[in-house]
Amino acid sequence: MSKSNRQNTSYKISFLDRFKMAISLHKKNAANTLLDVLRHPTNSLLTILVLAIALALPTAFYVFSSNAKAISSNWSGGVQMALFLKENVSQEQRAEFIQELSFRPEFKEVVLIPKEQAIEDFKQQSGFGDALDYLDENPLPDSIILTPYENHSGAAMLEKLAQELEQNPVVDLAQLDMAWIQRYQAILEISQKVGTFVSILLAFGVLLIVGNTIRLAILNRRDEIQVIKLVGATDAFIRRPFLYTGFWYGLIAALLAALMVNIVLLLLQQPSSTLAELYNSGFSLMGLAPSQTLTLLAIGASLGLFGAWFSVSKHLKDIQPT
Amino acid sequence: MIEFHQVFKRYEGGHEALKGVSFELPAGEMAFLTGHSGAGKSTLLKLIALMERPTRGQVILDGQNISKVKDRHIPYHRRKIGMIFQDHRLLFDRTVFDNVALPLIIAGVSDREIPKRVRAALDKVGLLSKEKQLPIQLSGGEQQRVGIARAVVNKPPLLLADEPTGNLDPELSADIMNLFAEFNQVGVSVLIASHDLALIARMRHPVITLKEGRTIRNELAEAAFDE
Ligand SMILES: Nc1ncnc2c1ncn2[C@@H]1O[C@H](COP(=O)(O)OP(=O)(O)O)[C@@H](O)[C@H]1O
Ligand SMILES: [Mg+2]
Repeated sequence: MSKSNRQNTSYKISFLDRFKMAISLHKKNAANTLLDVLRHPTNSLLTILVLAIALALPTAFYVFSSNAKAISSNWSGGVQMALFLKENVSQEQRAEFIQELSFRPEFKEVVLIPKEQAIEDFKQQSGFGDALDYLDENPLPDSIILTPYENHSGAAMLEKLAQELEQNPVVDLAQLDMAWIQRYQAILEISQKVGTFVSILLAFGVLLIVGNTIRLAILNRRDEIQVIKLVGATDAFIRRPFLYTGFWYGLIAALLAALMVNIVLLLLQQPSSTLAELYNSGFSLMGLAPSQTLTLLAIGASLGLFGAWFSVSKHLKDIQPT
Repeated sequence: MIEFHQVFKRYEGGHEALKGVSFELPAGEMAFLTGHSGAGKSTLLKLIALMERPTRGQVILDGQNISKVKDRHIPYHRRKIGMIFQDHRLLFDRTVFDNVALPLIIAGVSDREIPKRVRAALDKVGLLSKEKQLPIQLSGGEQQRVGIARAVVNKPPLLLADEPTGNLDPELSADIMNLFAEFNQVGVSVLIASHDLALIARMRHPVITLKEGRTIRNELAEAAFDE
């Protein structure tokens, strides 16, 4: 009598105890599966490496495309406008016009290139050299090179400005060299779309790889699963270690991916800053911000978790004790 | 404890393993289930543990019709039953201690409580000194005792054993059977499938004999009738 009483009370567990038990079971599962992954590096390493690469590619792409965007916004500051003057413009008219331009608020620099200098420059740069001496007349017009301030460098603004200046009677043609920026931005946009698409494919790849790894792990432990089902394990209990394994795979792979991307960035830091100096650009290569690294880790861990979850819900119910 | 009412079991291949089995095992009773190989002994035990579902008829456990137990509640149903198998079904990469602790961990027993209960169970089967060993380091009889310790560690009211002495020599077999009798003496209901007729005869417990899926003799009913 007293014996059965004691038994009864020992089976009555408060909600708090149950909660504590669940937490401690989770902790144990988390720790054990992590140890398992780390203890069998040959099993896990290849998988994790593949996962890391699959995560590193979109991450690297993301970093490079945000750098590319930064470059294009930086470089629009280097846009210049060339005004080609009409042939019959006199020296005085020319000087007056330059004066007028210098007073305008849009331009940082106004440089006159007289046609004599233009032909000299052309001779030197083109390599035609003396061949040009055979020309009777200098075919080049006077030109003025305008460098706008950054806050007047927007593509639309400059185009409007060019149209306005073309109305001026001394100006033959206003030329804005922006086509390459537009092309660059169009390419950037396309490559961003392609990148997003490829990233989604790679995310699916991660799901499939984790799912398959977990599937193999489940099949490997088939007998063990049967036994623990026989002694009363719930599906949740059996599922949990596999979910944690998927979680760790994803998280460790994401860490590795962050490391890979940062190493590549580190290697590119020196050459890119040299390049930027050559172009007189203030551009410097941006790495992965801490918040972006955290996002990567979260994405990796959740992909691992979901991959494992899909696999577990598909394969666990096929294993029943016989 | 257990009631079977006109239970039929047809396997997917079409084979009818049980053809209208009825019997009742009162709570606290120990009985044997015997019959030739293929008679349906294992099938009968599997129905009780919900490893299979009957095609027809009712299986009542502890007053509850177990066909009403939903699939997701099967684990809780199994925790009320200690099961022992001829092939032990131990986890071979875990120590004796860990094997016996398994049902407790699954049931969420606290870390403080587990060693006490595991050692109590191992003590009962006489394997207290082997808790740190792996199952392969033990003899067949010892492995079966680990299986029994695992089955009783949760103190289930019912033990089911399917040919528990199938691979053991007569002396060890008798030891194992006596162990079951000891558990029965403290109130646990026990149902053992075995075709070791000589041993069963010596144990002096009621016998249910199956033949081709039918009950051909039921000493449990005869005993009840005698009283
Ligand atoms: N999973 C199964 N599928 C189909 N037939 C089965 C299955 N399990 C057992 N059987 C058949 O049911 C009959 C009874 O088997 P079983 O209950 O294992 O008998 P016993 O344990 O008495 O030897 C046998 O003819 C066997 O072949
Ligand atoms: Mg059998």
